[in-house]
Order: sequence, then structure tokens, then C-alpha cells
Amino acid sequence: MNTIFGIPTPALYGQVLIGLINGSFYAMLSLGLAVIFGLLRVINFAHGAQYMLGAFAAYLLLNWLGINYWVALVLAPLVVGAVAVVIERTMLSRLYGVDHLYGLLLTFGLALIFEGAFRHWFGAAGQPYAAPSQLTGGVNLGFMFLPIYRGWVVVASLVVCIGTWLLIEKTRLGAYLRAATENATLVQAFGVNVPLLLTLTYGLGAALAAFAGVLAAPIYQVSPLMGSNLIIIVFAVVVVGGMGSILGAIVTGYVLGVLEGLTKVFYPEASSIVIFVIMAIVLLVRPAGLFGREE
Amino acid sequence: MAVGTEYIAEQPKLSTSSMVLGAIAIAALVAAPFFFYPVLVMSILCFALFACAFNLLIGYVGLLSFGHAAFFGGAAYFTAHAAKVWGWEPLSAILLGAAGAAVMGLIMGFLAIRRQGIYFAMITLALSQMFAFICLQVPFTHGEDGIQGVPRGHLLGILDLNQPLAMYYVTLAIFLFGFFAIWRIVHSPFGNILKAIRENERRAISLGYRVNRYKLGAFVMSAALAGLAGGTKAIVFQFATLTDVAWQMSGEVILMTLLGGIGTLIGPVIGAGLVIALQKYLAASNFPVTVLIGIIFVICVLLFRRGIVGEILEFTKRKPKGAA
Repeated sequence: MNTIFGIPTPALYGQVLIGLINGSFYAMLSLGLAVIFGLLRVINFAHGAQYMLGAFAAYLLLNWLGINYWVALVLAPLVVGAVAVVIERTMLSRLYGVDHLYGLLLTFGLALIFEGAFRHWFGAAGQPYAAPSQLTGGVNLGFMFLPIYRGWVVVASLVVCIGTWLLIEKTRLGAYLRAATENATLVQAFGVNVPLLLTLTYGLGAALAAFAGVLAAPIYQVSPLMGSNLIIIVFAVVVVGGMGSILGAIVTGYVLGVLEGLTKVFYPEASSIVIFVIMAIVLLVRPAGLFGREE
Repeated sequence: MAVGTEYIAEQPKLSTSSMVLGAIAIAALVAAPFFFYPVLVMSILCFALFACAFNLLIGYVGLLSFGHAAFFGGAAYFTAHAAKVWGWEPLSAILLGAAGAAVMGLIMGFLAIRRQGIYFAMITLALSQMFAFICLQVPFTHGEDGIQGVPRGHLLGILDLNQPLAMYYVTLAIFLFGFFAIWRIVHSPFGNILKAIRENERRAISLGYRVNRYKLGAFVMSAALAGLAGGTKAIVFQFATLTDVAWQMSGEVILMTLLGGIGTLIGPVIGAGLVIALQKYLAASNFPVTVLIGIIFVICVLLFRRGIVGEILEFTKRKPKGAA
């Protein structure tokens, strides 16, 4: 059997794949956080809860209404995005004038409400959600065995990340968004409806989280607590990448996911803390983050 | 950072009315174990001290730490280990816990003060989560079981803390010591510089203050006092578990402070009392505690950001103005 540094290669590739999948979720979630933060200046603590809501929406659509995975992949982000729009209109928009920390505290409270309610209704244990039949099974790539669903997650997340990046960098809407990030008052003076832009941005960010949640449902079990533990890691990813750049958030997400996977191979005890350690090192060397600007 | 500004009594001397109120409050606390279940009051005192320590940072320096559970729970582990495995006398075990928390505060603070505002909150949260993962893995914390059956022992080898009243008065003494220490810090020249940093960091820098040293100093003090509370809790409840280091605990202490009033001396105490009493009350019912905590968070942030004590102070301040 082939080995690299004394590790059998199939195990190595397997962990790199798991790292790539975790990295896909880090990338999608930190992307959403960065988009929301860029315009609203709010750190959306409810992002993990919205990811969890996306997974639960898929689970409930299947079990209550018999709606399949593919429809859920579209419907769940729409539902969660709509909830987020209501939250932004009724609550978050009242806090733009005060210290940004209150936005963090509000979304923290909302995350607790969502998680507490779902744990009350469904219990803390995970619910299984089967992958769609088209994506079950796997292919032998010669050097490793690739489960099709996992390959699909990596591809889908890449498409979503690149799509969001293109939307922000290349379209007119994206140009408004970037302009409002730089100077909202001026953009409003040009006749752009900035409050609407803020609402849509929050809805889009939440929809991204929900999309990630649906993707995650067949891999991890659908559980009320799936979001909260993930979101803290994503915060560390965001600190490492710096929130100044959309592309930076995406790249950092994938790279840290793979590094975490590699740590599982070479020094498993440290795999749960490696991202935090990297965050500490980055803070020492480059406090603004790898892609960030000093503010 | 305009969190909880302008509600602080700036006078360095105590006014007569606050002296009278303070004396009544202390008398009430001395009498409390005869009217309430002592363990409940001790629990409130520990969390009140924890919230006051947290408030030292958010209220007087404007730094929102989302990782204070690491100091509270970390100190609980250190104290429990010293008392149970090494057989230390309880007071020295508690002080060891506070010292351990101070060292952790030095490390975490050193990293976290490199960023400001929202990043500061995220970094402290991430670092405390890292500490929680470490606590889950290292052998001395006993993983999911935690350290159980911690002996209360004899204070200074004399006073038997297994008697509820003795334990209560020791806890009260530690709380009053911590509260007084915070009062002294806030009203010292050092505290004034902290407030200056909160109000306008750049101006404080331009006046020649090494802002980061003051921030780090305040962070370490806050961590040590949170550790004092955590160590005391470990002796009172005779266990230390992962619950104390989890991020939910950091959230709870934020809620206590926010509810009572950020930047007020007495607010965190009242907030802690209310939250602990609510949890106790809800434990008997079927309603999920987490949801209620979330709802209180949302209501506080949207409707009264000054907290209960802050709103009362604001109301009494406004009244004479209207009369004049």
C-alpha cells in the first residue's frame, strides 16, 4: 500500500475530502457573514441557526409534505430568507443607529430562540435525512473511493460561492451593494433604495446559510444544535480571512477546512482546535486578517 | 464604543443615600439565608460576582467579551482539582482558580485586544470555544463527567464549610470583596483612563496613554474576578463541569449584565438575581429556558438597552430637569 509520511494514502485522501466538505460549509457560511457584515455592519450570530433552519425545512418538507430534496434545495432557502426579511424589517433595522454590538446581541438572542424551540419540539438527537437516489453510491477514482453525494456538495458549494462572487462583482445590483458598503448615504442620494438593499442583503445571506443547511442534511444529521457549534468555527474563519474581501472569505473557508482534515490525519487530538490555533497565529502576525484591511 | 455610556455615577465619594442603600442591601444579604434557600442565594452571589466582573470590561472599557465562560469555568476546574486531588484548603483553592483565570486572561486578552469592536467579541468567543474543546479532551477535567464530589473542607483549617450558614457567609464575604474591588477599580485614576478609552480611544492615545496596556490590565482583572466567582461556585456546588466553560454560559453572563444595566455597578447583581431566579422557576415547568433567555435578549436589545438599573437612573436624572 502506498504511504505518505507513514500514512496510508487512502486515509489521507479520505480526510482531505472530509476537510474539503467541511471547508465548503465554512466557505458558504463565512461568505454569507461577510456579505451581511459588509453592508449592515452586523455580525449575524443567527447564521448558524439559519443554517439549522434550512436543514430542518428540508427535513419537514420531506416528512410532512413529501417534497423531495431538489425542490427543498430551492424552497428551504426561500422560506428561511423570507423569515430573515421579516426579522430585518421588524427588528434589525431599528438597530442601525446604535452600536454594532447590539446587532450581535439581537441575533444571538434570535439564535437562542430558534435553537431552543427546535430542541423543545424535536429533541437534541439528530434526525436522519436520506440523500436523493440520484446521488447515492460512489465512484472509484483509482486512488480513492468518492461517495457521489460528497462530490456533489463540493461542486454545489463551489458553484454557489462563485455565483455569489459574480453577483457582487459583476452585476448592477452587486455594484449598488458595493457602493452602499462604501458610502450608504451617498448611494441613497443617487436614488438607490438603500433600506430595501439592506433587507435583501440580509435575506440573501440567510438564504445562503439555509442552502448550506439543506446540503448538509444528508451528511450530518439534522439536529437543533448543528448550527451553533459550526458558527463559532466560522467566526474564527472570518477572523483569519478578514471580512474585507468576499473572495478572501471563500478561499479561507476551503483552506482551513482542508488543514483541519489534514490535522485529523497527522495529529488527531488537535483537530478540533487547529482552526482556533491558526486564528491566534494570524492575530499575532497579521491582526487585520489575511485578506482584511485595517479599519 | 458607545455601549452603556453616561449612566455611571462619577463621584468618587459615596453619597449618603447610596451609603444607606448599601447598608440596607448588605443587611438584607446577611439576613437572606434565614428567609431563602441558602444554596439559591449563594448561586445568585456567584453569578452576580461573575456578571460584575464581566461588566468591568463592557461597562467601563466598552469591550464585549463573548468568552468569559472560559475564566469562570476554567477557575472552577482549577479550584475543584486543587481541593479534591491535591487536598488544598478551600480559600487557597479558590485563589488558585482566580490566579489561573488571570493567567488565561493575560493570554486571551493579549490576542483579543489586537482587534476592536465586533472582532473582539468573535475572537474571545473563538478562544473560549478552543478552551472548551481542550477541557473536553484533557484527562484532569474528566470529560463529560466533570470533577464531582469536591470537598468543601475547612476554611483556613478551622471553619467547617459543610455547615450551610458558614458556607453562605464565606460566599457573601467573597462576593463583597469582589464587588468592593470593582468599585475601587472603577473609581480609581486607572478606572478613569478606562472610561476615557471607552469614550474616545484615539483621543486617549493622543494624550499619551498606552491604551493596549490599560485594556489588557482591565481584561486580566476582569478574568481574575470572574475566576474568583467560578472557583467559589466550584466549592459551593462541589462540582465543575463542561457547562461552566460552554459558550452558552458566556451568553448568560452577557444577558445578566444587559438586563440589569451595562455600566452600572449594581445592575449586573440585579440581572443575575433575576436570571437565576427565572431559571429556578422555569426548571419546574415545561417551557424551554433557552427560548426565554433568547426572548429576554431580544426585548432588552430592542426596548431597553440601558437595562433595568440604567433606565431607573435615567428616569431619576430626567425628573428634576423637567421640574426646574
